[in-house]
Amino acid sequence: MVRNLSRRLFAGLATTAVSITLISCGGGGGGDSAGSFDGEIKVGILHSLSGTMAISETTLKEVEEMAIKEINDAGGVKVDGKSYKIVPVIEDGASDWPTFAEKSQKLIDSDKVAVVFGGWTSASRKAMLPVYEAKNHMLFYPIQYEGQECSRNIFYTGAVPNQQAEPAVDWLMKTYGDKLGKKVYLVGSDYVYPRTANTIIKEQMKALGGETVGEDYIPLGNTEVAPIIAKIKKAFPDGGIIINTLNGDSNVALFKQFKAAGIDPEKYPIMSFSIAEEEIRQIGPEYTTGTYAAWNFFMSLDTPASKKFTSDFQAMYGADRVTGDPAESAYNMLYLWKNAVEKAGTFEDLDKVRKTMIGIKFAAPQGEIEMFPNHHTSERVLIGEAEANGQFKILEDSKTAIPPLPWNQFVPETKGFTCDWTQDRPDAGKFKM
Amino acid sequence: MELFFSQILDGLSIGSVLLLAATGLAIVFGLMGVINLAHGEFMMLGAYVTYVVQSAFKPMGGVIFELYFPVSLVLAFIVTGLIGVLLERTLIRQLYGRPLETLLATWGVSLILIQLIRSVSTAMMLGIIVGVASGILISKLLRAKFSLKPFFTYLNGLGWAVSILIGLIAVNIFDKVRPLSKAWFGPRNIDVTAPKWLQGSWGMIGTIELPGLRIFIILLSALLLLATYWFLNKSVWGLRIRAVTQNRQMSNCLGIPTDRVDSITFGIGSGLAGVAGCAITLLGSVGPNLGAAYIVSCFMVIVLGGVGNLLGTVIASMLLGIIQSVIGSGTLLTVFPDMPEAARGVTEFFATTSMSLVLVFIFIIVFLQFRPNGMFPQKGRSIDA
Repeated sequence: MVRNLSRRLFAGLATTAVSITLISCGGGGGGDSAGSFDGEIKVGILHSLSGTMAISETTLKEVEEMAIKEINDAGGVKVDGKSYKIVPVIEDGASDWPTFAEKSQKLIDSDKVAVVFGGWTSASRKAMLPVYEAKNHMLFYPIQYEGQECSRNIFYTGAVPNQQAEPAVDWLMKTYGDKLGKKVYLVGSDYVYPRTANTIIKEQMKALGGETVGEDYIPLGNTEVAPIIAKIKKAFPDGGIIINTLNGDSNVALFKQFKAAGIDPEKYPIMSFSIAEEEIRQIGPEYTTGTYAAWNFFMSLDTPASKKFTSDFQAMYGADRVTGDPAESAYNMLYLWKNAVEKAGTFEDLDKVRKTMIGIKFAAPQGEIEMFPNHHTSERVLIGEAEANGQFKILEDSKTAIPPLPWNQFVPETKGFTCDWTQDRPDAGKFKM
Repeated sequence: MELFFSQILDGLSIGSVLLLAATGLAIVFGLMGVINLAHGEFMMLGAYVTYVVQSAFKPMGGVIFELYFPVSLVLAFIVTGLIGVLLERTLIRQLYGRPLETLLATWGVSLILIQLIRSVSTAMMLGIIVGVASGILISKLLRAKFSLKPFFTYLNGLGWAVSILIGLIAVNIFDKVRPLSKAWFGPRNIDVTAPKWLQGSWGMIGTIELPGLRIFIILLSALLLLATYWFLNKSVWGLRIRAVTQNRQMSNCLGIPTDRVDSITFGIGSGLAGVAGCAITLLGSVGPNLGAAYIVSCFMVIVLGGVGNLLGTVIASMLLGIIQSVIGSGTLLTVFPDMPEAARGVTEFFATTSMSLVLVFIFIIVFLQFRPNGMFPQKGRSIDA
């Protein structure tokens, strides 16, 4: 009890110390920034702050607020020689997809925001897309997703399959292909992301001369995985590769029941696409130790930028919090937008901002990223192994940022298609190369 | 043969989770006829009790920590049982014989419990205590002075309204103090770790792996079932419970304290839900929404088995477990490798986890067309009671 208390006191003191340093630094660097703005820019923040997705999306809201505070403390957005303060208008999507569309309309029409940052699930993005296209407005979407989409009005700062799933499969084949054979078993939640991602992986396995021996989907929230375990043991009696695209609670059930059934990561390497540091904290590190994940950013990434990002986040929200890939993407999109607005010299002329956005670079916590003509960012690809302390040991690092390919080149229907919004053609979102 | 056994084992383990979750409801819904939509949330409370016990045992480490699980099973039963009794005394009691209102009220309770777990903090708890204490105090004072006046009920209601206000103000005041306002659990899922002796495999029979926690859950549900059976059929209170469910008025005339019987029945049902919640922490995630995943399957099992019949509950849950595992794992394809092409296509289509659940529901709908009261319908006068 006493130890606990003193630990808390220490944490509290440390936080205060850090924040005092931050404040004094901010004051020293930005002059008397507060009150000296020439105007305000309203931006929309639209995430689920209630309902099932709140657990994940609240973190994004927090990171976005942190980025806005940083920008404001550093003197705001400088447009045309004037400095503007960013004022966020926060709305709750309530984990309900039509609400996302409704709130988008409200942000655009009555709040007159310059841009909206929001969404997590593909379903929420699909619901918002028509609103932004009809009003010719601008949305930033921060999460890795299945690709096969390229909207003029959306900027995507998360990975598409060629920046996450495909390199991960390549790595699995390279590392385990000889020992366990070029065979994979796919497990996923029953909705659009896992099904589309698995379609891509199946095509990729074919292209690599491998085989998908089984595929199974669990309804979101279901926690009974005994039949899947039976199938995996039948397909791979002596071990094999499992690719996991489960989302949410089912992951906890999967890892707990795998361990009990003797499916250990030595014989059955598992690669997950939706498990980051925060999820490991909830599942319990002892169940995930030895499994793999592919992301564009890990909290354990040992660079000054990465360390600063994590320590700033912890100083603001508590030393026990963790950062991860989704948070990093959310952080990046604020800065990408700010850089584009400053370069364009306007935040109201959306067409001009949109054109200027292409080619904008940002020194992100993962390293430098760039916005491509297909409205997706380049991303560094990292493959990590979960360790007992809940962090990832980085095993593979692309070092450079990989350019995005939103239309997948393994799936026959989209093979050879590309997206380029700098071209002046009606089908710029999807045309044959 | 080996395949057969491993399928039976899988089926039993899925079935035993269903059984574990449904036993408590079989008593509350089956015997008392209370449609308790908060049953899933009692399981959730049991899971959180496990979390608290685990956190308390963690500093001790070593062998003592490994023993936290049996302790939390017992504590989960006691805590959720007591909360159940409290709920019965304050709310359910007012609603006997009004199934629709009970359904709505218990649903409300389930929402309150979910939100309580999300946002409960020391400040909030102190506020609630202050509010309830002042309510009781005010009501006592009023009773002493005005109990004979015609406007007493209104005055009493007003007293409670004032004390709720006092409670809210207290919460706000306590909230200003930083350490008091920190949420105990928060909205995030929490991590409950199974003790080491339950995590791995318990050896093999032939080539069949025996996963420790699956076997443990099968044993636990069997044990609970036996205990419930013994309690209902051999103990004095069990006799009274059965008497009251069969004929309330007659039992009352014979001197059975029916209101205490009601409290105890509901308490035991809730306590069993708590134990189930404790066991479920071994299998899945623990969060405020844990109950929602189980409540539908609980009612499904009881309706299929026949309301008010423990044997029906057992058979129904095992049947559903075995269907789910045999269909979902595609064993039929292995057993009958040369079935006709059409049948093969259909079997393959249903051989995924999602589709096997669909099949289970189709089976139940079809079954209830022929036996609307379930496998073992209750016979006798209790039905009209």
